[in-house]
Amino acid sequence: MAKTVGTSVKRVEDPRFLRGQGTYTANLQLPGMTHLAVKRSPHAHAIIKRIDATRALALPGVLGVFTGKDLIEGGCGPLPVGWSVPNQKTPERHALMPDRVRHVGDGVAAVVAESSYIARDALDLIDVEYETLPVVTDARKAAAPGAPLVHQAIANNISYEWELGDKQACADGLAEAHIVVEQELINSRLVPNAIEPRACVAQWNAPDDQMTIWTTSQNPHPIRVLLSAFTLKIPEHKLRVIAPDVGGGFGSKIFHYPEEVIVPWVSRKINRPVKWVSTRSEAFITDSHGRDHVTVAKMGFKRDGTITALQVTTWANQGAYLSTFASLIPTILYLGCISGMYKVKGIFGHVFATFTNTVPVDAVRGAGRPEAAYLVERMIDIGARRLKKDPWEVRHKNFIPASEFPYQTPVAFNYDSGDYHAICDKVATLADLKGMRERQAEARKAGRLVGIGFSTAIEISGYGPSKVVTSIGSALGMWESAALRVYPTGKVTLFTGSHSHGQGHETTFAQIAADELGIAVSDIEVVHGDTGRVQQGVGTFGSRSGTVGGTAVVKAAAKVREKMRRIAAHQLEAAEEDVVFDQSNGTAYVKGSPDKAKTFFDMAFSTFTANHLPAGMEPGLEEQAFFDPTGLTAPNSAHIAQVEVDPATGEVQIQRYVAVDDVGNVINPMIVEGQLLGGIVHGVGQALLECARYDSNGQLLSGSMMDYAMPRSNLMPMIETGRTVTPAPSNPLGVKGAGEMGTIASTPAICNAVMDALQIDHLDMPLTAERIWQAMQ
Amino acid sequence: MTHTISLTVNGKAHCSVVEPRLLLVHYLRDVLGLTGTNIGCDTSQCGSCTVHLDGEAVKACTVLAVQADGATIKTIEGMASPTSLHPLQEAFREEHGLQCGYCTPGMIMAADALLRHNHKPSEAQIRQGLEGNMCRCTGYQNIVKAVQNAALKMA
Repeated sequence: MAKTVGTSVKRVEDPRFLRGQGTYTANLQLPGMTHLAVKRSPHAHAIIKRIDATRALALPGVLGVFTGKDLIEGGCGPLPVGWSVPNQKTPERHALMPDRVRHVGDGVAAVVAESSYIARDALDLIDVEYETLPVVTDARKAAAPGAPLVHQAIANNISYEWELGDKQACADGLAEAHIVVEQELINSRLVPNAIEPRACVAQWNAPDDQMTIWTTSQNPHPIRVLLSAFTLKIPEHKLRVIAPDVGGGFGSKIFHYPEEVIVPWVSRKINRPVKWVSTRSEAFITDSHGRDHVTVAKMGFKRDGTITALQVTTWANQGAYLSTFASLIPTILYLGCISGMYKVKGIFGHVFATFTNTVPVDAVRGAGRPEAAYLVERMIDIGARRLKKDPWEVRHKNFIPASEFPYQTPVAFNYDSGDYHAICDKVATLADLKGMRERQAEARKAGRLVGIGFSTAIEISGYGPSKVVTSIGSALGMWESAALRVYPTGKVTLFTGSHSHGQGHETTFAQIAADELGIAVSDIEVVHGDTGRVQQGVGTFGSRSGTVGGTAVVKAAAKVREKMRRIAAHQLEAAEEDVVFDQSNGTAYVKGSPDKAKTFFDMAFSTFTANHLPAGMEPGLEEQAFFDPTGLTAPNSAHIAQVEVDPATGEVQIQRYVAVDDVGNVINPMIVEGQLLGGIVHGVGQALLECARYDSNGQLLSGSMMDYAMPRSNLMPMIETGRTVTPAPSNPLGVKGAGEMGTIASTPAICNAVMDALQIDHLDMPLTAERIWQAMQ
Repeated sequence: MTHTISLTVNGKAHCSVVEPRLLLVHYLRDVLGLTGTNIGCDTSQCGSCTVHLDGEAVKACTVLAVQADGATIKTIEGMASPTSLHPLQEAFREEHGLQCGYCTPGMIMAADALLRHNHKPSEAQIRQGLEGNMCRCTGYQNIVKAVQNAALKMA
């Protein structure tokens, strides 16, 4: 059987999606279903003086109204965090806030009714009296003396400060520099906006004391742990969490959200199934946002372009509370990546993480790494401009040489493999950079504002081992599990703790198992996203599914092969060491005698009849494996963008986008390219369009898809892609992770191209026509 | 106050008593159980809920069920038999024009209407034609290729 890994197997999951048969949470209908809606604060900061639900309860069809006090008295605990850095101040956050609200959208009451329309009607009949309080929304202003306090007990609104790097080496590097460029950069706040809004359904089964929760999650197993141990407090073995088909995540569906507590709690209370489906308007004010950094950076350069130092001070907006992984993002995932693809001795970063009266901020596609890439790539371009050097050459001069891998950066991470000069050469060839430059020069002569922008960026993915990750703040290990259940007829179910919400694991994980076992992809079904079926799991985030989840499959398959090999040896009356398992066709035979092989079916069926097994061997064939990564892996990329700015309107037109990515070995090239393309456009969205804006009262001005611009089909030309491959040495598949690389690299590539077109140092994102036009005046 | 409406959905006649404020998309999903039509926003921006009303692509979140009285509606469930795929559906699979699948039904309904108006659209015309349908996963590139592919299949 030909190997399938490395080939573009068409996706197994497609037919159901194409026919409209996806099993998204909102599609679930259960007998007796009720519908829940959440009354949310219209104020960014206020004391709740009184909640009166009399009028709502009088509406026919309303079954109940519940407040934060009801949930707390009913046993619900506050939402916990999954990451803690030293001296982190973690304020209490309840599913419904009992006495004070701290951002527009904070939940204050929940109504459950016979229909979703009645529930929504009832929201308007709940009377809440507020005493409004002063508001702060800006990350840096929040830390200034006299700023309104989001949490009374947390001075200066600072949740934590965090440092990384060598302060002295950085100071020395700046001192020896020929020039030091200093720049303030604002990394705009993003709303994740997966097209499927969040949803949650819960069904309490009183006779069995069992709760089943369907939720739009990227990681149902950790959600069950949090529900069981902290919030809902239903014992874990009585709690089943199902994340069925999920319509995109981009990080926003990692976190434990209030509705995952409210909906099951109400279901148990009224002893009926309950459904909550977020509207898009709610999503804007409740889904955790991303980015939102204010940074002041200094980068030192020698006359020849060598980077001598990078000093970074960042105010990271955490919003009103710490979301589940809030403090992971602007710490190790951000400062840990500010060495980029470069060899820089003196790096030092300091982060102030502040509370504001805004939606909590957490991971959005890339999560910390795009903020790092944007910072580094912008600073290099500004430096090159001051030095009057080609930014492409300045990058080349500073790359970590291929001979120095594994490379220990001054900011914690050890890069596993890469060839940064090669990836840049490849993208320059693919783009015909020389010709591009010539055509740009001609266009400029003709007065056209054509710009070329580069970005060369790394990602850190598949991080581990758990021992290290927990030592720097994680509350959970970063392993993954897989189980292979081989049926008597030789068909296989693969259970994985990874979760697919667009990534295509039902195809790629089956490809891995098919090659490891020598059987057909069509003989394997992948099951994911259900704590009631999948043994254990951590889930899908940080581009970890292939590296960690995929390796768990490899390990479980090795155990299946080993048991089959022993069975074959017994049945062939040969010494075990003389028998080989042939992965090309799923057979086992005595070395040199493939004609007398035991087939996959023979061996599987033997474990069912159990009448011809080696002494002491258990019947049945089901093997499970856990993989805890030994390190991390660093996907990397080199992108080139060409844009033209309309001098009359400031509008940016993207003329070419050329991307070469090194994501290690590739399981399914079609799917990997799809991940990269989608990621690139997501990042272009931040560069040109996307920005969540609050007014001084804490009202989200960009609170709908009419006001918050996102990429549409007419934004981009066809993206030209290529790949280089440096396999990841830390996992047997050699894969590095592809889900976020495009997003990380594309934002700075576009921004650099626009700055090149305008021949200026810097403009903050989003580079809207208006902002550019203003700058040109 | 309720209204009685009669309409044909995917070739099947339905007669229902509905509230005047009921949205067509909720009627399709919650009354008829046709959950293939998804809801992605509440401002008619995302296009996830695109269906055909008397042959034209409409966003079913912006049509009241009572406005569809007497109309012929086609949803994603009506594009092909349960065991086959429409050429557009096949093309989306071949070109990897979907990832999470959530925008896909609306995207296919919009693309089908586009191709009926223009049998051989250029890349620019496809990009312009699908501008009212949002996808966060694919970056649109493979969706455009899928529509180009389908146009050839359907020629």
